[in-house]
Amino acid sequence: MLEIEDLVTAYGPIRAVDGVSLTAPEGSITAVLGANGAGKTSLLQTISGLIPARQGRIRYAGRDITGMGAEKVVRLGVAHSPEGGGAIGELTVDENLRLGALWRSDRADRAKALREVYELFPRLGERRAVHASSLSGGERQMLSIGRALMGRPKMLLLDEPSLGLAPIVTAQLMRVIHGLRESNGLTVLLVEQNAKSALSIADRGVVLNVGKVVAEDESRTLAANDDLRKAYLGF
Amino acid sequence: MSRFLDLTLNGISNGMIYAAVAIAFVLIWRATRIVNFAQGAMLMVTTFIAWDVIDSGGAYWVGFVVAILSGLILGAVIEVVLIRPVEKAPPINAVIVAIGLLIFLQAIAGMIWGGTPRSFPPAFSIRGYDIGGHHVLFGPFDLFTVLAVLGAALLLLVLFRGTSIGLPMRASAFEPQVARLQGVRVGRMLTLGWALASAAGSLAGVLIAPAVFVGPNNFDPVTVFGFTAAVLGGLDSPLGAVVGGLVLGLSLSYVAGYAGSALVTLAALAILIAVLMVRPEGLFAAAKARRV
Amino acid sequence: MSAVARLRLPRQTLVRHLLLATVAGFVLYLISLWLDSFDNLRLAAVAYYFTALAGLTVLTGLNGQISLGHGALMAIGAYAVALLVGRAGWPLAPALAAGVVVTAVAGVLVGAVAARLRGPYLAGATLALAVGLPGLANRYPDALGGDNGLDVPPPTPPTWLGETFPLERWQAWLACLGALATLVVLANLVRGRVGRAFRAVRDDEVAAELAGLNVARTQITAFVVSAACAGLAGGSFVVVTSLAAPGAFQLPLSLALLTGIVLGGLGSLAGAVWGAVALVMLPDWSGDIAKALSLSDRVEANLPLAIYGVVLMGVMLAAPGGIQGALRGVLGWGAAWRSQPEPQSNPKGEEQS
Repeated sequence: MLEIEDLVTAYGPIRAVDGVSLTAPEGSITAVLGANGAGKTSLLQTISGLIPARQGRIRYAGRDITGMGAEKVVRLGVAHSPEGGGAIGELTVDENLRLGALWRSDRADRAKALREVYELFPRLGERRAVHASSLSGGERQMLSIGRALMGRPKMLLLDEPSLGLAPIVTAQLMRVIHGLRESNGLTVLLVEQNAKSALSIADRGVVLNVGKVVAEDESRTLAANDDLRKAYLGF
Repeated sequence: MSRFLDLTLNGISNGMIYAAVAIAFVLIWRATRIVNFAQGAMLMVTTFIAWDVIDSGGAYWVGFVVAILSGLILGAVIEVVLIRPVEKAPPINAVIVAIGLLIFLQAIAGMIWGGTPRSFPPAFSIRGYDIGGHHVLFGPFDLFTVLAVLGAALLLLVLFRGTSIGLPMRASAFEPQVARLQGVRVGRMLTLGWALASAAGSLAGVLIAPAVFVGPNNFDPVTVFGFTAAVLGGLDSPLGAVVGGLVLGLSLSYVAGYAGSALVTLAALAILIAVLMVRPEGLFAAAKARRV
Repeated sequence: MSAVARLRLPRQTLVRHLLLATVAGFVLYLISLWLDSFDNLRLAAVAYYFTALAGLTVLTGLNGQISLGHGALMAIGAYAVALLVGRAGWPLAPALAAGVVVTAVAGVLVGAVAARLRGPYLAGATLALAVGLPGLANRYPDALGGDNGLDVPPPTPPTWLGETFPLERWQAWLACLGALATLVVLANLVRGRVGRAFRAVRDDEVAAELAGLNVARTQITAFVVSAACAGLAGGSFVVVTSLAAPGAFQLPLSLALLTGIVLGGLGSLAGAVWGAVALVMLPDWSGDIAKALSLSDRVEANLPLAIYGVVLMGVMLAAPGGIQGALRGVLGWGAAWRSQPEPQSNPKGEEQS
């Protein structure tokens, strides 16, 4: 589904992503792990088209999407829930959700998608007229993922959905993400600092450090590697 | 008492014109985080175009529509050609570009139409109404002014809240990067924002033109007042723009009436400085303090 | 390492600058001998424009505060000198010094207000100053001469220069002296602790505050410095034109100053030189263009302002570093005043902001 080859993303002289290659097969959950500043967020932002790549190739569903702007990438079926969720505080929950599907022309399907998201996240349904700024952290992440689903994506890029959330809420979120893969066949790229929860639902894991890949393997193998865990994953 | 009434009505009528200019500043500020210093020059140009149409024999309302339309076009062109390239640069660049545009437009207007102020017809009679035997200094044209600006504000409200284009426009203004991730073509939203803002300015231009005449520098005071009204209401708030316009219009009217018209500009400056020093977020500040 | 430093100049900044200024002064002296009267007045104009632009480019380019009101500050300096020399009979040097002080004090007041404002609000407030201040001359016509302004007797060249020493050359010398003094003072300031403080506050106020800098005081200092330069420029203006009238100091002047620093290159003292030359030559060039294209009077009159507008937009869109930025890019010239790595400290480069 997703093939990345020698990707380099730089800000001036600083290489946030320094020659990263990875593959994510269709329908898989791949955890992207590493400490702060490892380049995980920049990697997602380059894939979704928010920032341009300096070198390398990104192929999605066989199509070269390197350098494509975010507006186009979204229309190909890639949804990105950014760091912090990106819930727009001045808009209501309902407006935030509807925003996620605006690019689709099928109005009936948009309404259906909205209903499905409210079914998946009943809490959002209860608070649909509330401004997003009054939501709790967990609700905001739900809103962000819900909004990402509105466009009926085939691939989901999630940037640290568990950041700042209590363990119970994190576990809930992970269950939802896992469930989405099971029910919708979504391919998921899950960036996390909380490596333990990420690896618990992921098929494969990629560990980044200072913009480079230092390990790539099945999640079970990564979790079992004590040295790796202590050095990069913090558990 | 009737003097007070006259001053109040006059303040409301002028206040609505300041509100229209203020709305223009607010729309652009919300969309692109830029104070459009060239706003006054832009509305001056569109008013001149309208004047040209009317002077060549066109009907008033044709000129009116031409002013609004050319405002839409001018705003869109300026956003795409001049503002888009500096959107990502430090804010000082955009300020300088806007000032450059201001200077340029005023010079061009001077070249095309010259410096002699031209008279511009009002939409309706400016003769005041006679209400119950009293003659008030508020006439059909003033009423039209108030209704036109209120109507425009209402139209914008409907556009932002009620239509399908309103949501992506607002999202683009609040969080452009997030909006991009939802597939919103943020650039087009910004262009639309500038077009609407410019049209609001053009409306103000044709409404104030009969009083101030049309010349390259004749719209400078109303621009300063519009900016002051926008700051007063809070640059983020279109509702604040209207309220700010009214408050300023009334204040300046009373100053002119009771203290002399020579002090009006000074009073406006004093209000501006006072607001900037005491409450820079304006009266209708959004909850979070924005770094200006 | 700048090309000049490779010429084995003394390492001490002040001595180096004084030496350079002396050399420049000598060159200007030679030029003034060769120019005719009219061109000497032009040279003088370049000098006083430079004086104003140098201060303004430090304020806006190094400290990040945009000001549309420096024309008004020049007016303060001009009127101070005009009143002292013309009405009170003071000799020139103390009058110029007093003019600088008075304008600097005004700079404290304006700077205090400005320190609370940012970006477009600051531009708006200084714009108001530029529009409002010259009107004072008409409110107090007896003291300030109204629209016609104050006449000032031109400075007399000292007798030991000879009876036939042209007045214009003397005026050019005086203006150039002011310009060189400004250059030396600012060049030292920019290289030193104060200059670093200016840039630190411009780049990241929060970080600067955390590093122990008093942001407000830094901002006000920058304003005072630029105001003093404007005051000296205004005084030099009076020395050269023998007149202080409101018409010369209105909004177009402030806008011209902004154009000068943008064109020359924000934050660059060398850029202030290019900007000053451009401002003096522009009316001539636009006149030549108007004649060559047989433009009507109306078009000709508005041409300089139209050019200013195009310059401001064009430079910001195509070459934000101005002339000096372009030269730096092409030739590797000159010190990067904006972010020069210092030997002892490590200020933020532009990439890291």
